[in-house]
Amino acid sequence: MMYGFEWDTTTPLSYASSILPIILIGLTVTLQAAAAGFAIALVLGLVFALLRRSRFTAVSWTTAIVVEFLRDTPLLVQLFFLYYVLPDYGITLPAFLTGALALGLQYSAYTSEVYRGGIEAVPRGQWEAATALNLSRLQTYRDIVVPQIVPRILPAMGNYLVAMIKETPVLSVVTVLEMMGLANMIGERTFEYLVPLTLVGLIFLLLTLICSAGLHRLQKALPKAGIPLR
Amino acid sequence: MEWLSYLPALSRGALITAGITLSAIAIGAVAAFAAGIARVEGGRALSLVALCYTELFRGTSLLVQLFWFYYALPLVGISFEPVATGILVLSLHVGAYGSEIVRGALQSVSVQQHEAARALNFGRAQTLLHISLPQALVEMMPAFGNLAIETLKLSSLVSLISIADLTFRAQSIRNLTLDSAGVYSLTLVGYFAMSLVLMLIMRLIERLVRRGAAFPRAAHS
Repeated sequence: MMYGFEWDTTTPLSYASSILPIILIGLTVTLQAAAAGFAIALVLGLVFALLRRSRFTAVSWTTAIVVEFLRDTPLLVQLFFLYYVLPDYGITLPAFLTGALALGLQYSAYTSEVYRGGIEAVPRGQWEAATALNLSRLQTYRDIVVPQIVPRILPAMGNYLVAMIKETPVLSVVTVLEMMGLANMIGERTFEYLVPLTLVGLIFLLLTLICSAGLHRLQKALPKAGIPLR
Repeated sequence: MEWLSYLPALSRGALITAGITLSAIAIGAVAAFAAGIARVEGGRALSLVALCYTELFRGTSLLVQLFWFYYALPLVGISFEPVATGILVLSLHVGAYGSEIVRGALQSVSVQQHEAARALNFGRAQTLLHISLPQALVEMMPAFGNLAIETLKLSSLVSLISIADLTFRAQSIRNLTLDSAGVYSLTLVGYFAMSLVLMLIMRLIERLVRRGAAFPRAAHS
């Protein structure tokens, strides 16, 4: 990974600029891991939220317990669990996918609550009206519920995406070479941690500030009443 | 019943996890109130300092902060014991999140309350202490409950700076026995149980705050 790169530790500034290209490669890994994890969290969270609303108490209760368990245990331990236990059962995934899966699992617990809140915020009368109009369950969700909850849940989802980006350094412990893993590696070679770690911190800070500003604009741009799907 | 033999070591780790979590919650609460109050009530300079602290610790990743304090700071001559580093960084991290909770709750106290305090000739400190904070405290408690659980979960990261907490012990036992499923299941259950206990404690505190502390006698006399 580090072959072909040279660093110049004479001054902090030259050091920082010489390792920046490596760190930026790490940044793409960080962003990819967050994107993959977030995609998993969005899908799995929706599945959990819908299962939670199941008419069968056994299903909804089991889902509630699973979600609570995922939410109340550390990402790091879940990651170790997936990384070491899955291969014992014959499922060997690349470290990157294991990491994305762990991120997705942990955050699906959060997103499922967001979905649930969004669905429950649709007034009861509208469900009844949909029944009265003889709309099917699919039609009710497609034409009544989803257009209203999308603008409502987007800001919360955005916040979780930002939070997830900030948690990706944890993946470095299972050999995913994202930004911080690389910074650590450089530190181990040069015995000079201050610059690489500060650089990574600054990039994270910049990233979060940009994302927060983007979210703020998104929140302002969203229609309050709901978006038409067709 | 092999997993029974893991219990002594794991529970020793769990004690350390509990200790670190509770210390971080306590110190973090102090940081949260200091920064949150500074943001709302402090002058321009003070609130700017608080804003920088909050953004710095919220905007970067906890693991980066931990490594920065653990590996990078000693190079410029500042070093602490690993446990002290762990508690300090975790406290500052959750304190930054907590300060946003404090700020939001303080700002949600209605303007009329402030006007009434003014009419009664309350000073700024008196208004904060007797009017804003007691009401805001009730608002903060649910969010603080979530943050406490978050602190417990995040405390697992201190295992990466060689503190022998629950996660660290789990790692060492796994490396010894290779029984990944048993060790990590037990560890996850351990964290879950600790979360439930913490949740219960936070509910109790919330109830206490709701019942009494929100309207202390001092305000009536």
